[in-house]
Amino acid sequence: MEYINLVFEEVYKILFLLIPVLVSVAMIVWLDRRVWAFVQKRQGPNVVGPFGLLQSLADALKYIFKEIIIPASSNKVIFILAPIITMTLALIAWAVIPFGEGQVLANINVGILYIFAVSSLGVYGIIMGGWASNSKYPFLGSIRSAAQMVSYEVSIGIIIINVLLCVGSLNLSDIVLAQQNIWFIIPLFPMFVIFFISALAETNRPPFDLPEAEAELVAGYQTEYSGMMYAMFWLGEYANILLMCALGSILFLGGWLSPIDLYPFNLIPGVIWLILKILLLFVLFALVKAVVPRYRYDQLMRLGWKIFLPLSLTYVVLTASYLFYFNLLPTI
Amino acid sequence: MKISRLFKTIFMVDFITGLLIAIREIFKSKKTINYPFEKGKISPRFRGEHALRRYPNGEERCIACKLCEAVCPAQAITIESAERSDGSRKTTRYDIDMMKCIYCGLCEESCPVDAIVQGPNFEFSTETREELYYTKEKLLDNGDRWENILAANIKSDNPYR
Repeated sequence: MEYINLVFEEVYKILFLLIPVLVSVAMIVWLDRRVWAFVQKRQGPNVVGPFGLLQSLADALKYIFKEIIIPASSNKVIFILAPIITMTLALIAWAVIPFGEGQVLANINVGILYIFAVSSLGVYGIIMGGWASNSKYPFLGSIRSAAQMVSYEVSIGIIIINVLLCVGSLNLSDIVLAQQNIWFIIPLFPMFVIFFISALAETNRPPFDLPEAEAELVAGYQTEYSGMMYAMFWLGEYANILLMCALGSILFLGGWLSPIDLYPFNLIPGVIWLILKILLLFVLFALVKAVVPRYRYDQLMRLGWKIFLPLSLTYVVLTASYLFYFNLLPTI
Repeated sequence: MKISRLFKTIFMVDFITGLLIAIREIFKSKKTINYPFEKGKISPRFRGEHALRRYPNGEERCIACKLCEAVCPAQAITIESAERSDGSRKTTRYDIDMMKCIYCGLCEESCPVDAIVQGPNFEFSTETREELYYTKEKLLDNGDRWENILAANIKSDNPYR
């Protein structure tokens, strides 16, 4: 009996985290489309609900009622498994994101490694989807996606090392608390920029949306998917984007901390600050989508391996030497 | 030249300029309209749904000269005529196949009595093909319904003819 109670308690906690995340994913899709439209001087979705806020809900309903088409020549098990894996991996990473002091589902001491591992696994959903479709466009899209995500994960990993050098802990809550005096965006600003661009590449966002480049690859790895399975890819993708925004705000923008430790700002709960920071980063994501054209494949690889990797490595050395010289290295 | 280029690349000057332009554009007025709720302005010469007009006393304008039938490049118009009891020539049948029609406006141009005109209505989509085979009754009904606008449009376009 005690065991069952324990399980239920955990399930409640998980639902309490996942349902807001899924709802905010739906809202964020609306925000994305709206910002994109506004930059192009269009109205954007504004019919369903107030300001079109329920547009994503209507889309989701539509996807649920659409037929799921499974290509005859596909590998059916893997074909069905791929969107499930993408979405699950995008959601389980949220377990370690702290929303406030102690407000975290799993306060594990290797949180950042966990997120890194999960987001690395994320590429499997895409590869499996592209391969199991047994069709040329999804296959090309998934190959591109694999290469792209692997290359940019390297630079993200090294950027994270920069942050970890300053913190001395892999726990995300500790990382936030280490920024009480100064947010890491100030000493590590170049790393923040590189992190942001790598996050764009990691989540297959424009200008690095080569895996689903609609002009050349129809829709990349999603080409053969329809109905709810397509919607799951879509949810997973946006959950990943949101996760990257959350990670960016935790690593560089001080997570749930308020920008100034003064009277009126102190009262606002940390969750609100975190949400505001995530939204700020997401609006930047959306603006970038509206502004820049898609990169060519060789340019993408050159940027990842020849520019970001050496730059972030150099910065690791710089940070480490600085911390060592001024005896600022955190004691573990 | 090269150094300034390097500077631009490192500090992403072009990219940031682009972002700032995008942010500026967000607050500008929108160029699109909420279509079903607000509609764009339509020229008086707009060639939309057809209508057969009447004289103010209720007499049909059409004299069954069949010029429109002859000029119609898509051959969408079918006219049959007969002599009426008062000796005037009138149509007994005036059909337009709206699916064949290419909305070129030649019927309107050729009509000597301004009977067949193309009005400002463009929202006449139907769910079946049959509803788009317009008969004389339907066209006359259109004429009665849109007469005010049609007359105003013809009048406003008159100085340019």
